[in-house]
Amino acid sequence: MGVAARASSRVGSRRTSVARRGEGSAGWLFTLPVIVILGLFLFVPVLMALWVSFSDWTGRGSPFSAGTGFVGFDNYAEITSGGGLPERNFGIALRNNAWYAVLVIPLQTALSLFLALLVNRAALRGRTFFRISFYFPSVTSSVAITVLWLFLFSSTGVVNQVLSWVGMNGPNWFNDPRGIVHVALSAVGVEAGPAVLTDADILGVSWWDWLSGPSIAMAALILMAVFTTSGTFMLLFLAALQSLSPDVDEAGRVDGASTWQRFWRITLPQLRPALFTVLTLGLIGCWQVFDQIYTGTQGGPGKTTLTPAYLSYESAFTDQRWGQGAAISFILFLIIVAFTVVQRWALRERGVAKRRMRQYRMTARENGGAS
Amino acid sequence: MTTTTLTPKSSSATTTPKQRARRPGSIRSIGDIGLYTVLVVLALIYILPFLVQIATSFKTEAEAASNAVSLVPQTFTFAAYEMLFAHSDFPVWFANSAFVTVAVTIGRVFFASLAGYALARLRFPGRGLVFGTLVAVMAVPQVVLLIPKFLVLNQLGLYDSYAGMILPLLVDAAGVFIMKNFFESIPRSVEEQARIDGAGAFRIYWSVVLPMARPALITIVILSFQGSWNELSHFIVSAQSPELTTLTKGVAALASGQLSQGTQYPLKLAAAAIMTIPVAVLFFIFQRHITNTTGGAVKG
Repeated sequence: MGVAARASSRVGSRRTSVARRGEGSAGWLFTLPVIVILGLFLFVPVLMALWVSFSDWTGRGSPFSAGTGFVGFDNYAEITSGGGLPERNFGIALRNNAWYAVLVIPLQTALSLFLALLVNRAALRGRTFFRISFYFPSVTSSVAITVLWLFLFSSTGVVNQVLSWVGMNGPNWFNDPRGIVHVALSAVGVEAGPAVLTDADILGVSWWDWLSGPSIAMAALILMAVFTTSGTFMLLFLAALQSLSPDVDEAGRVDGASTWQRFWRITLPQLRPALFTVLTLGLIGCWQVFDQIYTGTQGGPGKTTLTPAYLSYESAFTDQRWGQGAAISFILFLIIVAFTVVQRWALRERGVAKRRMRQYRMTARENGGAS
Repeated sequence: MTTTTLTPKSSSATTTPKQRARRPGSIRSIGDIGLYTVLVVLALIYILPFLVQIATSFKTEAEAASNAVSLVPQTFTFAAYEMLFAHSDFPVWFANSAFVTVAVTIGRVFFASLAGYALARLRFPGRGLVFGTLVAVMAVPQVVLLIPKFLVLNQLGLYDSYAGMILPLLVDAAGVFIMKNFFESIPRSVEEQARIDGAGAFRIYWSVVLPMARPALITIVILSFQGSWNELSHFIVSAQSPELTTLTKGVAALASGQLSQGTQYPLKLAAAAIMTIPVAVLFFIFQRHITNTTGGAVKG
């Protein structure tokens, strides 16, 4: 292709070849603003932060002045094995964010797919109204929605009043640091974990505390994330659903497949690329929880809404431990990259498993016999 | 398309053709009632929080605490809005957000379309490298850039200035991608004619290609406007002066109680409501463009 194009431009009229020759400089000129800005505000900053993460800079003067020393991996060590508060804070932040991701990703994916299937029908009255309703929370800013959420989930707020109508006593959401798994366990009489879990720890947080589940405060933020992202992902699924050919689904119907079977065997496999996009975006987004924490809880109550992103900010800008803050953001970056790679591998295109194949053949035979 | 989608597609399609022939309509409508019930309940869950928000912003503080659910204020008051506009920095925040958002949106539309066109159409050495770098850039999560961005703005002397707030937001790799994909989808013949007539690359981009790119440009406008209006973290690390505070930063400070005593829910909710209005207006103007994901071929 490239060779052919080059050849054709060579034999083209003189004027065309002149224009073609100008393309080289025009190309660079056109992309120059993008290159300069990304270089200056993305590439250079990352290199600077990398240096800061290996330095003892305290925020005074320039990190490149003579007063700033190279400390090797000290900042990274302090966070991952220092035994002090920085390590414990990092462990807590990872615990909180891991629970957040574990709950938000499946919930938002399932809900957005469900919404997309509901509003995808062509013969649906008020289709536009429903789409707008479900998408609207996605356009609002995280700050505005957090303000609203703090009100809805306050002790005498809307959510607790609605719960009281059905005789339930809602918790004091944003002031409740208890983990939901611990709450559930204490309901069946388990108040303290077995010694096996309480004695051993990772990153200064005991196994028992790792398994606490998200705190009630974090649970409110999890609901908020699902509320605000489901609309966007619904649109992604909707676009994918509308590009599907109805013939395959029709064939399934003719063969007597139920709605349920057609969804799992026909629609869902075809949605694999959209599913992949939604899961990847969800995963990346889930490890970047910052705005909500900055606006709403500042990590509280009891550090249970502390996230690595917020901890990184707080370490640097509030506590002036810039090296540690930068180190946390690089570790966070690695976490996001690692999870994305693992997920890409887990969701890779695979041949049909043998057991599955046999199932398909059997189904085909049954259907063949029935008709 | 219409003929296939008009065939009954109810959730009770498990019925065999025979049953369907015997009782046409009735099962379908039961399924439909179920479907619409689910849809309406879900829509209420998505909309009611915003209605409660608006209602509460017109309540007194005592009523907001005692009767949070009601959608009609017992004593209707503009106190929260008066407070915001007459006795606080809120107008300054709003003006800053508006200025930054407009600047960023114009910049992004121009730079993204320019670079997108070059990557889609112009052959130049290093094009593959530029493209590959953009892909890598898109993978960098924004929150890990908080400290880095502060460092470079500080080093360049841009910290605490409009330039520092605007410049880093001017380019968005995703926007370049959208434009590149769009330009690749339009036929080359249009530009060939202009080229034969002796038009240069910039002229072809500006007066031939760009006018055709309306749908993609609208997408960029929506994304940039929404992105920079709702941006918080970048403004936290790029400025600190009260006169450079944007809405997101100001309202976040209001929410965390740095500026006030008491819960002040009507005030906070009013502020949050007003900051939602511009993106909501944009959303309703381009609603069709946003939610009709495949060009709106089918009418509802």
